Amino acid sequence: MDFKLKIWRQKNRDDRGRFVDYEVKNVSPDASFLEMLDILNVDLVKRGEEPVAFDHDCREGICGSCGLVVNGRSHGPGRGIATCELRMRGFKGGETIVAEPWRAKSFPILKDLIVDRTALDRIIAAGGYISSKTGAVPEANSIQVPKPAAEEAMDAASCIGCGACVAACPNSSAMLFVAAKVSHLALLPQGKVERKERVLKMIEQMDKEGFGNCSNNYACEAECPKKISVTHIARLNREFILAEIS
Amino acid sequence: MNKFTALYRSSVGKKIIMSLSGLFLCTFLVVHVVINLFLFKQDGGETYNRYSEFMSSNPFIRTIEIVLFAGLIAHVISGTLVWLKNRASRPVAYEMYQLKDNTTFTSRTPMLTASASLVGFFLVIHLRTFWVPNRFWETAPQSNYDLVAAAFSDPVYSLFYIVALVFLAFHLRHGFQSGFQTLGLSDKQYKWLIDSVAVIFWLFIPLMFAAMPAYFLWFK
Ligand code: SF4
Ligand code: FES
Repeated sequence: MDFKLKIWRQKNRDDRGRFVDYEVKNVSPDASFLEMLDILNVDLVKRGEEPVAFDHDCREGICGSCGLVVNGRSHGPGRGIATCELRMRGFKGGETIVAEPWRAKSFPILKDLIVDRTALDRIIAAGGYISSKTGAVPEANSIQVPKPAAEEAMDAASCIGCGACVAACPNSSAMLFVAAKVSHLALLPQGKVERKERVLKMIEQMDKEGFGNCSNNYACEAECPKKISVTHIARLNREFILAEIS
Repeated sequence: MNKFTALYRSSVGKKIIMSLSGLFLCTFLVVHVVINLFLFKQDGGETYNRYSEFMSSNPFIRTIEIVLFAGLIAHVISGTLVWLKNRASRPVAYEMYQLKDNTTFTSRTPMLTASASLVGFFLVIHLRTFWVPNRFWETAPQSNYDLVAAAFSDPVYSLFYIVALVFLAFHLRHGFQSGFQTLGLSDKQYKWLIDSVAVIFWLFIPLMFAAMPAYFLWFK
């Protein structure tokens, strides 16, 4: 398959950046979007041009490194996939595809399609953990967790920290990401101990980083590669209210 | 006080204030629409006049009125602050942004603010026509019923009123369930319940309000 591409190029943080048009030919329909970019980059290197910089690592949807807005959708069209899982067969041959980085004040662009997502790390560092010695593997039944809570917590824990929720949100809100972590830990006995400080500190950090406010339009859930549900945001709000009034 | 300022400074705190004030304003809609139903009683407006007399003289109601205004102002201020921060959170816009693939019409911010401002406009006109004359004109020449009847016999006014109602309906379509989400009260289990009660607010109540101009225009 052949494609026309319109890709955001930006030399560094301070550069203004612009779109550049490219063409890529002979792409297998089974290639992923990132593999298509690899093919383009090989061409660019051969021509002596600077390859397009983009983030990636596992290329199987588990690490959260990749993330592009493709044709106006975070991680491209399709539900429950990361950019590395996006296949070229979903596009029409000859189509012009627009690829841009996550855009948010809290995610400054470092180069081309790579953004700085350390704001998310700082939110986690503010409270997204439990402070106890984990020690050796404990006896399996020493702390019992009800099955539904375990399931919910596991769903929340599947967040890979990609930032697609922020990118998809019209307000660049990080609520789904924060909710996933707060919810995950609030549901488990080990996380309950620090639940109050956790939610307050994580929200405080989230606000400090300049993310917008959630306006409940749920674009995040629609674009999340792990299909994290907005019911976790309701739980986050609940945790926040309980922490505030007690 | 300190705790309150801290709460208000946080993004979630502002939204909690928005939700509480919004849902409080919804309860007012219920009372309002119920009293309006007396307009349809075929007694030349006697019952309606009696009730509106009661509402404007009862000290308890007048206190609630102040709380209501405070709620409205809190709702508007919090909403504006939230909106301003949201606007600032993405300085460079996307070249291509398919938000409509993922969200409903009423939930998108521009729509919300537009409808919210129209709702505000609607309230201003509304208060000017009914509330101020009743409260502050020493020699109010007509009864409340006559005032309502006169206003709604004007097709332009009625049309404006109905358009404003449509915007109110859009606003509540998103706002009502949104309030429950923000207060952490929505859960998969209760979604059906919240959605059903929401229909009363975004559909039935606006329809009942719209029935007034329709009645005075066509049946009186
Ligand atoms: S909640 Fe979903 S979209 Fe947001 S960071 Fe986690 S995995 Fe990515
Ligand atoms: S590269 Fe790891 S999730 Fe896409």
